[in-house]
Amino acid sequence: MATVDLRNISKNFGTVEVLKDVSLSIEKGEFVAFVGPSGCGKSTLLRLIAGLEEITSGDLMIEGERVNDVLPAKRGVSMVFQSYALYPHMSVYENMAFGLEQAKLSKDETARRIAEAAQMLQIEGLLERKPKALSGGQRQRVAIGRAITRQPRLFLFDEPLSNLDAALRGETRVEIARLHDRLAETTMIYVTHDQVEAMTLADRIVVLNKGRVEQIGEPLELYERPASRFVAGFIGSPKMNFLTGDAARQHGAATLGVRPEDLTLSAEQGLWSGKIALTEALGSDTFIHVDTPLSDKSIVARVSPRERFRHGMPVYLTPAPERLHRFDEAGAPVRG
Amino acid sequence: MTARSYLRKGGFYLLVGVIVLQAVFPFYYAILTSLESGQAIFDVNYLPHVIDLSNYRAAFANGVFGHQILNSVFVATLVVVLSMLLAVTASYALARVPFKGRALLLLTVLSVSMFPQIAVLSGLFEVIRMMGLFNSLWSLIFSYMIFTLPFTVWVLTTFMRKLPSEIEEAAIMDGAPPLVIIRRIFLPLLWPAMVTTGLLAFIHAWNEFLFALTFLSTDGQRTVPVAIALISGRSEFEIPWGNIMAASVIVTLPLVVLVLVFQRKIVSGLTAGAVKG
Repeated sequence: MATVDLRNISKNFGTVEVLKDVSLSIEKGEFVAFVGPSGCGKSTLLRLIAGLEEITSGDLMIEGERVNDVLPAKRGVSMVFQSYALYPHMSVYENMAFGLEQAKLSKDETARRIAEAAQMLQIEGLLERKPKALSGGQRQRVAIGRAITRQPRLFLFDEPLSNLDAALRGETRVEIARLHDRLAETTMIYVTHDQVEAMTLADRIVVLNKGRVEQIGEPLELYERPASRFVAGFIGSPKMNFLTGDAARQHGAATLGVRPEDLTLSAEQGLWSGKIALTEALGSDTFIHVDTPLSDKSIVARVSPRERFRHGMPVYLTPAPERLHRFDEAGAPVRG
Repeated sequence: MTARSYLRKGGFYLLVGVIVLQAVFPFYYAILTSLESGQAIFDVNYLPHVIDLSNYRAAFANGVFGHQILNSVFVATLVVVLSMLLAVTASYALARVPFKGRALLLLTVLSVSMFPQIAVLSGLFEVIRMMGLFNSLWSLIFSYMIFTLPFTVWVLTTFMRKLPSEIEEAAIMDGAPPLVIIRRIFLPLLWPAMVTTGLLAFIHAWNEFLFALTFLSTDGQRTVPVAIALISGRSEFEIPWGNIMAASVIVTLPLVVLVLVFQRKIVSGLTAGAVKG
């Protein structure tokens, strides 16, 4: 049975339609990521599920029960906020105890749950501290701890890593993945604009664009078979190259997409000719930006770092024919 | 150190000196005068040469002055408590609950405080009489709040707006009802701002003269500023400076103590926005 069921959910702010007819079913224990560019409605969707915003139309079901009009705290949902939103005047312990106190839990049970969460997140030594005496990563753990102690059926993360620096972000990402492993029964929904986080963490990804669901699928499915040009461009880093015009028409498409790793670069021969405008050597890979007459934007190709291509060299690009993505005028994929 | 930096430092301390002198000297002189009696008051001196507490004993001699201090304490305390109660709840709504005409309401609240006291005095007198509050301390509490509320509501609203809304949302997710959110989350965070505005409201209520003179008619009901102004000597040609100064010193002390006690809170209240999650 699905833990969370969204049925034709729409949300308007005044006359602005932020979410249009979103339907989605999330299984128990699943880790689902909402991704999309800013303003796509992903955070609003999360806040609707949390109960912080009212649903304009449609039904939100949690474990079979319609919860549109149920108070946030009664939905069995915990949320980790982007800014952590710890109570600044309370110690870490009090922060974690506040919700349990509201739920009228006994002191012993509160202490037990906090001890358990603190141990899981390795913040046992910080319980007496105030949030301002904690580092960003520690605050993040406390925020997660506060959410865990309530033992929710559903865990909501609102861009939890975006306030951390790059190194810590990677670390915390791994921790969230571990947390998901340990709390196998708990469903998690994770909002991010970073497709790498979504790809690495999620069982399934929901790509949103302008208030609509563009595609729902497993990370690799989205990568291999994007259901629209938008998804193709959004998932994957560096981005997929897009070609229009003759090059695309030859393949029976309005837009032709090809991922950087699906291009072969050669100094002697190939399908498209161009000149190297920029090389980015990352150690494990080298990304080569090639200016071609086919497109205003450079085409990016991924090559092995052992290959020596220099700035300004004339080169030829050849895409792997079976790896081409073809899209029609409307951005829908052309299959077959 | 160069001559230039000496000059700078000297200029700075000179300025501080002027400010201190301007602010503290009148009070210092009041203390000096209050400790002298008889003809000694009229000898100009800047250091105490006698310490004579007879003025203080005289101030409390007939028992009315003590009662008047209690009147002042009662009025000022109630003004602060009621203002805070109303202002915190109002500012929560004004800062957090989106409703139509919110900006207009805020402006209206502010515009209430723009009328000079003297302009509303006669109208207010009628209102007070109609409400049957004449010569009652409640008349002062009522009329002082006309001036303290707009100020406290505005300051607290701005302060409340600066509190990140995610903290409130976290509390909502934690299952806290609105009153618990105000009491457990907002009040502790607003504390510095409340101390600052509360203290200013207290000082205003403590010092107010015009309304207190107009709305109260008997000695036993008066608050201290009026009481001091009405202290009279044995004849109409004698102004009992010693008594007046002793009384002034007595009523200033509570304010000085309050400011000193809450000093640190005031500083953090004035440098608002210091609450980050």
